[in-house]
Amino acid sequence: MTLLLVFLGGAVGAPARYLIDRFVQRRHDNVFPWGTLTVNIVGSLILGFLLGARSGLGLPQGVVALAGTGFCGALTTFSTFGFETMRLLEEGSAREAGLNAVGSLFLGVLAAAGGHALAGLFA
Amino acid sequence: MRRRRLNESSGDLPIDPDVDVRDERAHPERDAFRPPASRFPRGRRRTWDILAMIAAGGGLGSLARYLAGQAIPVQPGAFPWASFLVNAIGCFALGALMVFVLDVWPPSRYARPFLGVGFIGGFTTFSTFTAEIVDLVSRAAWTPVAMYTSASLIVGLAAVWAGIVLARTIAGLPVRQGKEPAAETAS
Repeated sequence: MTLLLVFLGGAVGAPARYLIDRFVQRRHDNVFPWGTLTVNIVGSLILGFLLGARSGLGLPQGVVALAGTGFCGALTTFSTFGFETMRLLEEGSAREAGLNAVGSLFLGVLAAAGGHALAGLFA
Repeated sequence: MRRRRLNESSGDLPIDPDVDVRDERAHPERDAFRPPASRFPRGRRRTWDILAMIAAGGGLGSLARYLAGQAIPVQPGAFPWASFLVNAIGCFALGALMVFVLDVWPPSRYARPFLGVGFIGGFTTFSTFTAEIVDLVSRAAWTPVAMYTSASLIVGLAAVWAGIVLARTIAGLPVRQGKEPAAETAS
């Protein structure tokens, strides 16, 4: 059952990432990977909230498997983040690469902590 | 921030492996999304089959990530080996895949949506990575959090690079492309 929930969550999260990434990337003209940054921050926020709700509100494990492990896990991506950062480095855009790495990390952790704290408000 | 279109000068791998808008415009026959073309009534159907491939790959990738987490249980407050390995392996795989998809294999409509955007994208995860950092910080597990954060970034980037280099070597392509050799040490 958990396997099915993870699969279904991932089957929604990955296309959502693609559509959001595409939506964001079409709206600017520079090399910075805003699309991936967006999905990673949004996914971190939601997962932080879900994990906070699990410990604070007793959110069922099945919901965490579907929306957390499946959806948020597939909505966010580390491989594309790493690839984009590496490509920026290889192309000589070290400043953008550094900004992307540090910015993704900082904003992602902040979003996860914020989501967790938000769930705590409802507990 | 410089507004330079990197790929146009040294055309090779795109910056964004999932959504390469420039690539779509320049090569509409490439596997990724076509631009929304209202002139073509069949465009919407073409969108849905790509999304379906991404969904299938994303579901399978998520499943593989979940099973890896079950196989490598992590103690609270300890270094999260499962996510670390999943992300490192996914970075390596994506680096190699992009070389094969763009430079080696014949153009394929579904290879990149299914394998890259779907499976590898669904396999690796950023949200679990940040949630684990928050959890480690809340437990004041400073050494694991410092190790995990830095190792994920460094090993992840190195894995992408290793994947690209290995794939280019296997395919008999020059390891450095689109740049003069003198610029090698710059990055």
